[in-house]
Amino acid sequence: MQRDRNDLVRYTPSERLNHWIVGISFILLGLSGLALFHPAFWPFTLLFGGGTWTRILHPYLGVLMAVAYVIMLISFTRLNLMAAADWQWLKRVREMVDGDDHNMPEQGKYNGGQKLLFWLLFWCMLLLILSGVALWRTWFNFPVEWVRLAAVVHSASAAVMIGLIMVHVYAAIWTKGTIRAMWYGTVTRAWAKQHHRGWYKEVTKEG
Amino acid sequence: MALQPLDIAARSATTTPSPSARQGFEVAKLIDISKCIGCKACQVACMEWNDLRDEVGFNHGVYDNPLDLTDQSWTVMRFSEVEPDGRLEWLIRKDGCMHCADPGCLKACPAPGAIVKYGNGIVDFNQENCIGCGYCITGCPFNIPRLAAKDGKAYKCTLCSDRVAVGLEPACVKTCPTGAITYGAKDDMIESAAIRVRDLNDRGFANAGLYDPPGVGGTHVMYVLQHADRPELYADLPRDPQIDPLVSVWKGLAKPLAIAAFAAVSLAGLFHYITKGPNEVSKETEKEFD
Repeated sequence: MQRDRNDLVRYTPSERLNHWIVGISFILLGLSGLALFHPAFWPFTLLFGGGTWTRILHPYLGVLMAVAYVIMLISFTRLNLMAAADWQWLKRVREMVDGDDHNMPEQGKYNGGQKLLFWLLFWCMLLLILSGVALWRTWFNFPVEWVRLAAVVHSASAAVMIGLIMVHVYAAIWTKGTIRAMWYGTVTRAWAKQHHRGWYKEVTKEG
Repeated sequence: MALQPLDIAARSATTTPSPSARQGFEVAKLIDISKCIGCKACQVACMEWNDLRDEVGFNHGVYDNPLDLTDQSWTVMRFSEVEPDGRLEWLIRKDGCMHCADPGCLKACPAPGAIVKYGNGIVDFNQENCIGCGYCITGCPFNIPRLAAKDGKAYKCTLCSDRVAVGLEPACVKTCPTGAITYGAKDDMIESAAIRVRDLNDRGFANAGLYDPPGVGGTHVMYVLQHADRPELYADLPRDPQIDPLVSVWKGLAKPLAIAAFAAVSLAGLFHYITKGPNEVSKETEKEFD
């Protein structure tokens, strides 16, 4: 369904589908992981059918997320390579956070903040996958010294990732007209021109 | 096996006090390695009382049988042939849960009430609350708990908490033919160990001593060692066992730190939104496309 012929396509249906698979598995992993991390979150096990089911399901959800995430990496890595303009953008991030984006350097499909987030999430995912395998006693039996280190790495990188995703979701809520890009894939021309002028020029061939 | 519900000193993944109205005294099992003949009657008694049957294994050319603890073998004899002073000694250690005063398994366990420590010092697993994650194995400084393939639950020596609760001594103590294993109040066991240590000193074991490692707050299973200065001689009994610092970070500092970080990020988002307002497309840009 096309809402407005002038809208710009930001994400294809398959990109959106993949992002939602990653997003949903992240939420389920976060809830089940927190339940096993701190007794305050233990009630989350009820969402998964009890403590034992939470323990059984969590790593398989991890495999699902890892697979979907690799596909995401393939689609988006090239677009997230840091360039000089991105570091310029990051230097002035304070103005952006203040809500004054008039003097911000021109940005392509992704701004410096989004790219930085992309790479921080990459490192979190890498650490989570490696340490997660070490903690998965159903299938693996690593030396206990590794498992202890993996437990710390897994908790720490998960906590950092949850914080980063909070920022990611908040940025989408804060910047009006963004979330529709994940629902039906398009953004308005005005949105593109204001927030990602370089990308706007590229896709509209306008100067 | 919660038979002393009013005497809970510590409970896994629980942040409020547990029922502890009943006062107890600390108990201990004392294993005098210098009196052990390696007959394995304790292994048999353990199987019999707890109704466990390990798989029939293979002879590996050593006396250790089975070779390691399993979910069905909660205690095994470990045989070490060593020459500490240039002469052969056959050291036989009954391995199993040490019932630490500061149990690493309980600290690591994420399931509320799956591991409890009673007021008498016994550390017990409640398999019906166990979720099978194996964190107890990660937390244990003595490598004791074992996950069962059959039901995915962790098992280990209970110090016969069911027998002790009704005033009996543990099955292994009851059966030991040489009196190498004794059981009683921890204070009394320390006292009788001291007498035995003096005796061993007189017999030429100058470094005999009691193994009650302070790194885990002491244990409720203690050894009399002929060579207390070299516990590693006894099938790698740890010299200074303690909860690994990584486990302490994971189960200590990391928890409040992570919660504080989540709260800070959430509140920062909310306050940012209500102070700065949403990031909208400017009216001028919008007009260009109208």
